[in-house]
Amino acid sequence: MNIKELLNQRILIIDGAMGTMIQRYKLSETDYRGERFKDWGSDIKGNNDLLCLTQPQIIKAIHKEYLEAGADIIETNTFNAQRVSLADYNMQSLAYEINFEAAKIAREAVEEFSASSQPPTVNRFVAGAIGPMNKTLSLSPDVNNPGFRALTFDEAVEAYYEQVKGLAEGGVDLLLIETIFDTLNAKAAIFAIKKYFRDEKKASLPIMISGTITDASGRTLSGQTLEAFYNSVAHAKPLSVGLNCALGAKEMRSHIEELSQLASCYVSAYPNAGLPNAMGEYDEQPEETACFIEDWAKEGFVNIVGGCCGTTPDHIRSIAEHVKKIQPRTLPVVENIYA
Amino acid sequence: MSENIIKPYMRLAGLESLTIRPESNFVNIGERTNVTGSKKFARLVRENKYEEALSVARQQVENGAQVLDVNMDDALLDGVQAMTTFLNLLQSEPDIARIPIMIDSSKFEIIEAGLKCVQGKCIVNSISLKEGEEKFIRQAETCKMYGAAVVVMAFDENGQADTLEKRVSFSERAYNILTEKVGYDPQDIIFDPNIFAIATGLEEHNNYGVDFIEATRIIKQKMPLTKVSGGVSNLSFSFRGNDHVREAMHSVFLYYAIKAGMDMGIVNAGQLVVYDEIEPGLKKLCEDVILNHNNDNNEATEKLIAFADTVKRKGKEEKKDDAWRNTPVEERLKHSLVNGITDFIEADTEEARQKYPKPLTVIEGPLMDGMNVVGDLFGSGKMFLPQVVKSARVMKKSVAYLTPFIEEEKKNNPQPGNGNAPRVLMATVKGDVHDIGKNIVGVVLGCNGYDVIDLGVMVPADKILDTAIKENVDIIGLSGLITPSLDEMVHVAHEMKRRNMQQPLLIGGATTSRTHTAVKIAPQYDNGVVHVLDASRSVTVVTNLLNKKQKEELLDNTQKEYEALRKQFLNKQAHKVLISYEEAVVHKEQLNSENYTPVKPNVDGIKVFKDFDLATIADYIDWGPFFIGWEMPGKFPAVLSDKNFGTEATKLYNDAQALLKKIIDEHWFTANGIIGFWPAMSNNKDTVTLQTKDGEVKLEFLRQQSKKAAGQFNFSLADFVSPYAGEVTDYMGAFAVTISGARQHIQKFAAENDDYNKIMVQILADRMVEAFAECLHHKVRKEYWGYDKDETFSKEELIHEKYNGIRPAPGYPACPDHTEKIKLFNLLNATENIGITLTESLAMDPPASVCGWYFAHPQSHYFGLGKIGKDQLEDYAKRKNMSMEEAEKWLSPNLE
Repeated sequence: MNIKELLNQRILIIDGAMGTMIQRYKLSETDYRGERFKDWGSDIKGNNDLLCLTQPQIIKAIHKEYLEAGADIIETNTFNAQRVSLADYNMQSLAYEINFEAAKIAREAVEEFSASSQPPTVNRFVAGAIGPMNKTLSLSPDVNNPGFRALTFDEAVEAYYEQVKGLAEGGVDLLLIETIFDTLNAKAAIFAIKKYFRDEKKASLPIMISGTITDASGRTLSGQTLEAFYNSVAHAKPLSVGLNCALGAKEMRSHIEELSQLASCYVSAYPNAGLPNAMGEYDEQPEETACFIEDWAKEGFVNIVGGCCGTTPDHIRSIAEHVKKIQPRTLPVVENIYA
Repeated sequence: MSENIIKPYMRLAGLESLTIRPESNFVNIGERTNVTGSKKFARLVRENKYEEALSVARQQVENGAQVLDVNMDDALLDGVQAMTTFLNLLQSEPDIARIPIMIDSSKFEIIEAGLKCVQGKCIVNSISLKEGEEKFIRQAETCKMYGAAVVVMAFDENGQADTLEKRVSFSERAYNILTEKVGYDPQDIIFDPNIFAIATGLEEHNNYGVDFIEATRIIKQKMPLTKVSGGVSNLSFSFRGNDHVREAMHSVFLYYAIKAGMDMGIVNAGQLVVYDEIEPGLKKLCEDVILNHNNDNNEATEKLIAFADTVKRKGKEEKKDDAWRNTPVEERLKHSLVNGITDFIEADTEEARQKYPKPLTVIEGPLMDGMNVVGDLFGSGKMFLPQVVKSARVMKKSVAYLTPFIEEEKKNNPQPGNGNAPRVLMATVKGDVHDIGKNIVGVVLGCNGYDVIDLGVMVPADKILDTAIKENVDIIGLSGLITPSLDEMVHVAHEMKRRNMQQPLLIGGATTSRTHTAVKIAPQYDNGVVHVLDASRSVTVVTNLLNKKQKEELLDNTQKEYEALRKQFLNKQAHKVLISYEEAVVHKEQLNSENYTPVKPNVDGIKVFKDFDLATIADYIDWGPFFIGWEMPGKFPAVLSDKNFGTEATKLYNDAQALLKKIIDEHWFTANGIIGFWPAMSNNKDTVTLQTKDGEVKLEFLRQQSKKAAGQFNFSLADFVSPYAGEVTDYMGAFAVTISGARQHIQKFAAENDDYNKIMVQILADRMVEAFAECLHHKVRKEYWGYDKDETFSKEELIHEKYNGIRPAPGYPACPDHTEKIKLFNLLNATENIGITLTESLAMDPPASVCGWYFAHPQSHYFGLGKIGKDQLEDYAKRKNMSMEEAEKWLSPNLE
């Protein structure tokens, strides 16, 4: 069954936080380095995406935990795996490899999980996670020079292109542009995806788009309203559009409601476990998150739900349980003439 | 669940969305940000004056443009670079960037450069079949990858469509290619069926207006989801120089074209006359020319030209935003001051200087008038502090411009200052280095036309009073943050009386209070002592004090109010029963020692942190006090969406974030810190003995002495350290952290008259040092002391001190004696290790410094000491080897 057919049948579950789970392993600098990078010139602890190369068994285990918890879609461990962000660790040259390996690990996790369950499960999907980058295209890092940009659009496209190539060749089913706080970065990712599949003369993989509303103003960090954001990425013809991160489910509700009215595609939402904080620690319990999300589902706002920062397999299990019997949002009727 | 229907409307976006529905009104596309159409804009771009060029864009938005056309096609410009620079800058102006951008160029590389800068959904203006189908498809595909809507010019390989039939057929051909071969959504296609100049004298041009209107009608019938646009000002090209006629022609043309289905047009948003308000004669002439009626042998054209010749270019009043530039110079100065605009201030100041007899009268007259308006708006809550600071920047620029002229005049005409602005002298008192609040008050007073003399920090009483006499000031303001400053203020007041001074004395600063002022300072000086709660009150108070009648009233009222406060205070005192020190010790808090085993710190002795990572620290910032620093009431982050303050608070927050990023990236600040831990034992009373490598150090604490309800304790910090020696060793810690490097940037901003950024740096330095203390405390619990290795608290929980253990600072409520800081500094060797020094009042320098003790016991908590009795004071003085007098001095706020 393809994902669209499945989306028409039920609400799909996307996995929860990867970073939160990695933290549980309390990895040291040495663990991050592994054998291969033991003499690397700079500190690399915190480069979670690198674990796809140095600790693949941990990443795979986390994927499996989420699959066991009921996730239909798991995200590759590649949030920062493009050369712009990897430059923090001087690891630009590893961008392709990390994405390729991350896709393979997730793919293997799905296959091993499917084979091990009785009866074998089908219809689990790997989404290639494409994060926002550590540099923004619409905002100047220099207060005295608002016209300055730390990155060009072309550089962003080039970096995303390489990431997309790695993910696609590693075997992902979907491409997920997520945690978008600057829409222009997302537009660069969309551009890169279109360019890659045009160059390869292949049909594009389905694109999922997930923006981030940073506060109660209801705007993205780069200042767009939700509707402006949607208008600005609609040309991707995405499979789904949605929101993730920055807010807990409670704060996200009105924005998801608005988006469900705007979007002609499927709607996704994976909030943090409660409000964000600088420490990266969250306290909303699985049951609480799940109840908020159940409410959205009952209102017909969503097609894909899951968790972002601070959520765990327990959250995902609880969410899956709560929305299991609820009908998904029906796609709006898109007219092609004026009625 | 009701069925959701999504309509095929054109949906554009800047920061906000723009949906064009069938019932939408005509969409105005602002045209002045076009180097081919606006000489002014072209000049500004050529001269690299992009900031001013932005004001052209802002004006278009303010005049109602819903889309902004940007064109940089000029032979003398690097179009790619100009487009990129301008659009990048524009993105940082939310009031402009909120509307969608139309990227306008005949060069596709400039269009693509523009598309790379804009996050919203743009319109590309334009592509066409001029260079063949292949190129057209390629360009359209590129536009589609950026998600832009496109304007298609009615052009083909053989040239422009100049007949009705060609206009329609070229558009249809393009439509088919776009929708079938490129996959464009019809609603993302806009046709421009060529508006050409009419009334040129050539008969073949006479039907151009009608052809456009008819083409529009047919295009909208055949391809209903598409849009029609056009460059309206082309129409009246032959009347250039005669705006009166041109504007009438545009209005009449649009009236008919819109009826035919024209959706949008490139117009000067500030210059559209209302169709109904065009004088009937002119309207009829325009209609004939546009609709090509009564126009055989150019009859209608000739009539309009004849009319145009009779029209003297009436000085049309410009609309809205531009209008203020045409007002008298006084109004312009006021407008610049109120709106914080520096663009014209020097030119306007010069004009005023020539108009007024003396440069000084410019300050006393129009500038002061303007600042009074700022003061009034601020006072009534219609302006917020950050805006006022921007106004001050304009004022300072103007004054800086006038200063050489004033000096020059003084030289030629040496007369001691007469008729000068009222003078306010301000100083942070001796022993204290804190001056953020004082600086803010200085700015606000400066904005209100007062001449502020700021003596800076650590100013001895004599210097304050000598200067006050020498400069003949009208008011003296004192500021301070630490508690010993309160005594210094009492001292200054006392000295003022001794010297028989007359000026009113204002008291402000974080530790000051109405009660303290009433009880301790006011009785020292008879000519007026007033406590000022915050900067926003300072203006009212100062203004009142400078008016003879109001002064009497204010001082009278204050006097009465303070008298009442003193009574109240004494009554409270009388009712507050103190128990004996001995009894207080008996009521010490017994901490649970059964379930608690002290943890041995992982650091033995001291550990120094040099140049600690600023980005890590920044994560711990508590933004609440940041807004309090700027006098914006409300909780963070709620203040960002506050009904009244939200917009300004958000601006402020964004500015702060940007500056903070710069501070971190460019390493403006250096964060140094030090921590230390030692075996510690209390004596079951109020002394804690630390075992250091160099022997024992005794720390002396104080105990609450007020009478408590049954079962309540008389707290002392010493109770949080175990008295048991031998079997279990308990520990105590200390820390000091400091942020250095702020001073040079503060001075730089001060030199640039940029108070806004100056204060911002100060406040951020304060936030950073507090965050650093929080960050180190966190690491101490988890790692260096390690008594709570698995602690997982959110940032909010950290701010609310949910964790185990406390870090009270000597000089603050639980241990108010600042002199214990000396021991802390010696234990850590803080001056040598991280460069913090102590002033004579034991304030720390640099001002962005924090120190304190660490207690780990899970039951340890903060408290306020409150009043203590003479018996404890005597005991304490003895323990500390101090005279009673000295002990009284340091603990005066806690004595009856």
